[in-house]
Amino acid sequence: MTKRYLDYLDQLEAEAIHIMREVAGQFEKPALLFSGGKDSITLVRLAEKAFRPGKFPFPLVHIDTGHNFPEAIRYRDELAERLGEKLIVRHVEDTILRKNLSEPKGRYASRNALQTHTLLETIEEFGFDACIGGARRDEEKARAKERIFSVRDEFGQWDPKRQRPELWNTFNGRISKGENVRVFPISNWTELDVWNYIKREEIALPNIYYTHERECLVRDGKLMAWSDFIYQEPDDEVVTRQVRFRTVGDMTCTAAVESIAHDIDGVIAEILESKISERGATRIDDKLSETAMEDRKKGGYF
Amino acid sequence: MDILRFITAGNVDDGKSTLIGRLLYDTKQIFADQLEAIESSGRVNEDGQVDLSLLTDGLKAEREQGITIDVAYKYFSTEKRKFIIADAPGHIQYTRNMVTGASNSNLSIILVDARKGVQEQTRRHSIISSLLGIPHLVICINKMDLVGYDEQVYNQIVEDYKQFARKLQAKDVTFIPVSALKGDNIVEGSELTMPWYQGPSLLEHLEQVPVSQDFNLDDSRFPVQYVIRPLTAEHQDYRGYAGKVISGTYKAGDKVTVQPSGQMTTVKFVELGGKELEEAFAPMSVVLQLEDEVDISRGDVIVKAADGLEAAQEFEAEICWMHNKALKPGAKLLLRHNSTETRCVVRHIEYKIDINTLDHLEDVDQVQLNDICRVQIKTASPLLLDKYADNRSNGGFILVDETSFATVGAGMVAEIEY
Ligand SMILES: Nc1nc2c(ncn2[C@@H]2O[C@H](COP(=O)(O)OP(=O)(O)OP(=O)(O)O)[C@@H](O)[C@H]2O)c(=O)[nH]1
Ligand SMILES: [Mg+2]
Repeated sequence: MTKRYLDYLDQLEAEAIHIMREVAGQFEKPALLFSGGKDSITLVRLAEKAFRPGKFPFPLVHIDTGHNFPEAIRYRDELAERLGEKLIVRHVEDTILRKNLSEPKGRYASRNALQTHTLLETIEEFGFDACIGGARRDEEKARAKERIFSVRDEFGQWDPKRQRPELWNTFNGRISKGENVRVFPISNWTELDVWNYIKREEIALPNIYYTHERECLVRDGKLMAWSDFIYQEPDDEVVTRQVRFRTVGDMTCTAAVESIAHDIDGVIAEILESKISERGATRIDDKLSETAMEDRKKGGYF
Repeated sequence: MDILRFITAGNVDDGKSTLIGRLLYDTKQIFADQLEAIESSGRVNEDGQVDLSLLTDGLKAEREQGITIDVAYKYFSTEKRKFIIADAPGHIQYTRNMVTGASNSNLSIILVDARKGVQEQTRRHSIISSLLGIPHLVICINKMDLVGYDEQVYNQIVEDYKQFARKLQAKDVTFIPVSALKGDNIVEGSELTMPWYQGPSLLEHLEQVPVSQDFNLDDSRFPVQYVIRPLTAEHQDYRGYAGKVISGTYKAGDKVTVQPSGQMTTVKFVELGGKELEEAFAPMSVVLQLEDEVDISRGDVIVKAADGLEAAQEFEAEICWMHNKALKPGAKLLLRHNSTETRCVVRHIEYKIDINTLDHLEDVDQVQLNDICRVQIKTASPLLLDKYADNRSNGGFILVDETSFATVGAGMVAEIEY
């Protein structure tokens, strides 16, 4: 008899595709939140598998903080173009102007938190009832607790004490008017699974995921990409290093790691060796308090 | 490499979260920054060790109260296997979250505090594991350090549990004496502390439990989730049926019936991402193309002609009730089964299960939060169900409140009336 057992990566892929198709089947106006990072690039590949040769039943939506890596923005535009899928971009800048919000200042200034405002505005503008995101449960301890279909109230707030039971692969996407659902198809993937999948699928990534020389500002022992957006104190040290990014988000809160990996095998080897978690190595927004992520989610974050 | 999905369950404070922390710690799967974060939280046990339960108790409320409220998912791997862990809360109030974690597990670890022995929650979680058809059970008698690693204590609890479990339909039950706090029999053995125990450590056991037979590959079931119709010049007449093979296998040439309409046709092409597949089997997500133009929409099920599946509107099911509002006969609810949703009425409550004796309590007029019962259901439109015991992926459904849309019950089909 032939062996009929799915390897783990195929199991994870099958699960994610199933979730995406449930979104297509259960919601009227879904969207895929595309950040330009490897997790959302993985989501796009999964969407191709779920819906080709048809079109995606949702647009790609990017909430642009205005402080993104130019390489990621270029990649985003080329990808949407090549796929022939609709891309909606909304700018945090516009929210700041319109709502007269104050631009965050100081050492840890980042527009990352303001993204939530723009996201909620965008959800309202288009009437999105479901937003697919690339969050993974291995990333962070609050994320480890979130359902795959995560119901949010009209303010986008997550209430960890009132999560719906979620059984088998049966997802309850029923919501009342004004509510929306965040859907996380790669909840059960780890960082390494994502890289192994990218390798297997031969997905090209923005080149900042591989080693390159870059001017960085050293902050709390982390290497922040030097840019006009970053707040510099007189005694902040600027150094030139061989680095790559483990996550690609807003430039002001995503740090680089030193690396000599110029291809995917190199990256995978480095991750296997790494003693620091993905967010621990690269995010400065999580460090601000013990429950920073939970607090952001309760405020409407992804 | 394969995946084992397991859950830790048992009474509150029996050491579930600590056990997972220990498992991750001793297999060196904790990142330095995560360890640092729990160290700097300042919570230590009596003997000065960091509190490993903080690795999974990630919510503010959980840390404040020192208990688990919702399931945490953790991931680790060894050379043999990948593991997806669901760390469930022990508190009765959060049973619905335990059910959530258990529903996708192939193995259930039930912890028992050696000082307290088998408790009501031990039984409840064992019954739920058994109802959900989890094929493997591991009973970890924990906190052996607090009873002087006494073999007699262990043997007594094993006896008590066996006595209770006789009425459960558990096929594969293993007992292991452990100390989650000290690490005995978690990853390493216990030669020094419990030389009388000869069996494997928990990790050794988890690495060797067979999981490959846990999918039903006999009864073909393909619920259609979405119809792909590009309507482009290149794909003028293309119709692809997107879904997941929840059980069984499909290949080109298979004679199939589309239910509930009963139309017959043949599989023309099996594909994924534009690539042809020789065969699709559970649990693959694929696209099927059929020879004939038949009317198919979301919720229909494509089955092989040989593997009959009839539509039904009346059936009996076991229910875990998960809502504060009691369930009463006559209740109208939404029922979601795979990709189908329909209204239903709970016509009759047959019995409620007494958690302590497993007896059936008849003549009940309502069912409370966390009760397990058997009911008769009638649906507004026909469903394509299997008995849960025959086919785990086609015999489960959820009940949803018609106004709040909360998920209020988990159901497992027991008997079907055609
Ligand atoms: N002495 C001893 N203490 C233990 C052992 N395992 C756990 N504990 C302690 O028991 C207490 C409860 O442990 P947890 O891991 O939080 O228990 P839990 O089962 O996850 O509890 P809930 O999730 O809230 O149901 C903590 O103080 C642990 O340090 C053990 O093997 N020996
Ligand atoms: Mg716990």
